[in-house]
Amino acid sequence: MPLALNNLKATGKGGLAFRMSLFILSSTACIFIAAFGYSYYYSRNQILADVEKNAEIVTIATVSKIEVVLNGVEKVPSYLARSLGSSKPTLPELQKQIIDLLQTNPEIFGSAVAYAPYAFDRKALYSAPYICRGPYGGLVPSFLGSSEYQYFFLDWYQIPKELAKPVWSEPYFDEGAGNIVMSTYSVPFYNYKDGKQIFTGVVTADISLEWLMETIRKISSHQSSYSFLISRNGVFVSHPNKDFIMRESIFSIAEANNDNGLREIGRDMIRGGKGFVTLNNHFAGQKSWMYYAPLPSLGWSIGVVFPEDRLFAGIGKLGAIIMLIGGAGFLALLVIIITISGTITKPLRVLADKAGEIARGNLEVEVPTVRSHDEVAALSNSFNNMKDALKEYICNLAETTAAKERIESELKIAHTIQMSFLPKRFPPFPEKEEFEIFAALEPAKEVGGDLYDFFLIDEEHVFFSIGDVSGKGVPAALFMAVTKTLMKGIASQAVFPSMALSNVNKELCKDNDSSMFVTVFCGILNFKTGELLFANAGHNLPVLISASGEISWLESPPGFLLGIIEDAEFETSRMIMNPGDTLFLYTDGVTEAMNLQQEFFSDPALIETIAKCPDQRTPETIIDCVMKAVKTFTGEEPQSDDITMLALHYRGKGSRKGSIIN
Amino acid sequence: MVKIHNKFSIFIVILSLLCFFLPAAAAAELRTMTFLPQWLPQAQFTGYYVAYEKGFYRNHGIDLKILKGGPDFPAAEMLGKNQTDFTTMFLSEAIQQRDKKIHMVNIGQLMQRSGFILVTKKGSGISKPSDFQNKKVSMWPNFQVQPRAFFRKYGIEVKPVSQGATVNLFLRGGVDAASAMWYNEYHTIINSGINEDELTTFFFDRYGLNFPEDGIYVLKETYERDRELCCKFVKASLAGWQYAFEHPDEATDIVMKYIKDAHAGGNRVHQRWMLARMKDLMQPVDPKVPIGALNPRDYATVAGELQKSGLVQKILPFGEFYAPCLE
Repeated sequence: MPLALNNLKATGKGGLAFRMSLFILSSTACIFIAAFGYSYYYSRNQILADVEKNAEIVTIATVSKIEVVLNGVEKVPSYLARSLGSSKPTLPELQKQIIDLLQTNPEIFGSAVAYAPYAFDRKALYSAPYICRGPYGGLVPSFLGSSEYQYFFLDWYQIPKELAKPVWSEPYFDEGAGNIVMSTYSVPFYNYKDGKQIFTGVVTADISLEWLMETIRKISSHQSSYSFLISRNGVFVSHPNKDFIMRESIFSIAEANNDNGLREIGRDMIRGGKGFVTLNNHFAGQKSWMYYAPLPSLGWSIGVVFPEDRLFAGIGKLGAIIMLIGGAGFLALLVIIITISGTITKPLRVLADKAGEIARGNLEVEVPTVRSHDEVAALSNSFNNMKDALKEYICNLAETTAAKERIESELKIAHTIQMSFLPKRFPPFPEKEEFEIFAALEPAKEVGGDLYDFFLIDEEHVFFSIGDVSGKGVPAALFMAVTKTLMKGIASQAVFPSMALSNVNKELCKDNDSSMFVTVFCGILNFKTGELLFANAGHNLPVLISASGEISWLESPPGFLLGIIEDAEFETSRMIMNPGDTLFLYTDGVTEAMNLQQEFFSDPALIETIAKCPDQRTPETIIDCVMKAVKTFTGEEPQSDDITMLALHYRGKGSRKGSIIN
Repeated sequence: MVKIHNKFSIFIVILSLLCFFLPAAAAAELRTMTFLPQWLPQAQFTGYYVAYEKGFYRNHGIDLKILKGGPDFPAAEMLGKNQTDFTTMFLSEAIQQRDKKIHMVNIGQLMQRSGFILVTKKGSGISKPSDFQNKKVSMWPNFQVQPRAFFRKYGIEVKPVSQGATVNLFLRGGVDAASAMWYNEYHTIINSGINEDELTTFFFDRYGLNFPEDGIYVLKETYERDRELCCKFVKASLAGWQYAFEHPDEATDIVMKYIKDAHAGGNRVHQRWMLARMKDLMQPVDPKVPIGALNPRDYATVAGELQKSGLVQKILPFGEFYAPCLE
């Protein structure tokens, strides 16, 4: 149990164990209640059916017994009435007949022959000899009829007369007979005169109803039942409650309790109906069932009442036991389900905890191995595998990251070294007033394949070059370094740029296994005369900005790339730079810079940019203009190629700010 | 109902004042008097029993003894022989007895309406007066004036049958219509399992034949000698009725006690019904007539019908028959 509770606690309301317990137990409870309800309902109906059947059998048997007696009693006055219809006895004869009747029929208490006025004796209003049993066993004769006892107006006389048929009277208390309940059977008799039937009187037989009440009392089909008898008017003739007898009727009880249902039952009873009905608690003090059936000769009705709680006491007890067993089973089921669901979900909960730890970065946690072969075990195994894979991956990642960091650091160093190759001090020759030179290189990666260089060959000549190595990154940088070094070494002795290119080409072609190449544009300016010698090895054509502001491409033979063909020939071109002219050199990183729409910056844009540049005489300004224009053009698009620019402005001899030095 | 209540209220106020001012005198001069209800104990006499039990008579200076009533003690005869000081009688009975030279006076007509009805089962085919033609109608031998006046009024011949003490003859179908007191036999019929909607009733007061019933009677000599005391009896009785209507359960308990003591029949439900009907019957037909007063027109109607039936020789002037106590 504590384990089960812990399981529940651990999992909480949303937990699998809780949900499983809830669903299974509520379903079980529903099934149990349905089964129990049906069984209770069925048993109840069965009991009611049995009780009704039993009550019917017992009541019908009792009714038959009573009917035999009543029918026996009915025959006696009927016989006398028939004989009086055809004979006219004298008074003693009549009394003798009555005495005989009483002597041979002990169940009859008294009998009268009551004549209609003057029917027996023309002078006598009342003629009604009556003989009844005395208190000590003898027969006591008397005569009925006086101004106080006008029997013509009494039910026992009047009703059979008016209905012209024998009638049992309503029950009545007879004080003369010891205050017992009696009923009188009266049979009318007639004389015939001229074929006409003339009412002559009635013959009566009084019977005590004590035996009848006793018989009714004895009806007991069930230990807790009781019986009662009501007359044709609904008056209680027999009932366990003595106060009811001859005072209350089933209708007065109904009226007192405002129970219309009881009134309807009463109406059916006095009409001779039979049935099995429920009664409200005011009739019998508690909710009851009643079987009722008529006593046909009297027109009265017997009711057998069964208090419901006693009737269903048995199934009530059985129900309680079933509920107890059910409740215990329910509790046991609760414990079992919680335990089982706890066992099933425990590895899951452990797994969830471990996953949490792994999520926090602890890959060293031990994932427990599940020995079973169910889904949980599979999950656990997969989880374990995932953890291992993750561990390995993270391990690899760490190594890779370290390597990458090292490379990056090296590349940074390489960048610094590469940049240190290039002349970066501006103005480089402050003492030379004849020209001004400026260059910029922006690599796309840490290291790039573009290069530029310039140096004074002698006191009159300055060498300058720009180049672009095929490819990018470290190989291009190394190749650039080689090219720059070669160029510097060779060009310082070369008279013509074409010679320099051709020599560099030869050197580069040697052992160029990686088949890398480089485009180069180089020139030698005699800054004293303005003579410019230049050669091109497959590089973009430079832009010449004349002193007058005219912008044009500096035409030159294309030449071949360096590093591919050893015997390649290069031509040197010649031109005179006028003071104020500016030469602008660049790599394809400028004209082929791409924007987000993958469009090139293009040559015309370059010309336009230069044309719009506010100061075309200052190399730094021109380079700045172009750099800004390119950056604006590319926008967010990352730089794909190295951008290198070099601008040379020729002032001419002694022309700094209008003053002539030489 | 409201009218009764108001009139009773005024009356009770007067009564209370009297009680307040008179007790010393009353206690000193308690006069012993007797009262005979005209029948066995039942709710028809609730007011008198309640007034007695609640001490209203004593409060009015009367030490009352209620005598046992019933068929063996005919009210008029007992009064005539001076065997009781007060009794109750139906107005028609009283007029006949007065005509037979029993010198008595009416000092209070408590029941203003006739509770006497004819009742038929719906199945009998009687739904209007003319339907009674040639039908078997049971009538009490001593109470035939009203139904016969009714039949005469509509020119109907019926087959009369004498009605006994029960309505069983009617219940068994021995007659088509029976006489019944609305407060008594009619309820007995209902309580024998016949529903009200299965019955048709004929209330005589609705056919111009209102015969007011229970009134209080004393011998003329008693009245002339003790006029004030007689009127106190009427007032105390009315107070008893008022109390009974306001406390029907308690009143019914009192009635049931008298019924048991007399070994008479009748259950509580029946007495409750009867008490309620008494309240209805006390209500004057003519709103100008106060509670408990005899309406001269009613007197004329009853006396006239009695004369037509040959039951009285001459009609006594109203003033000689009725001695008003309440005006």
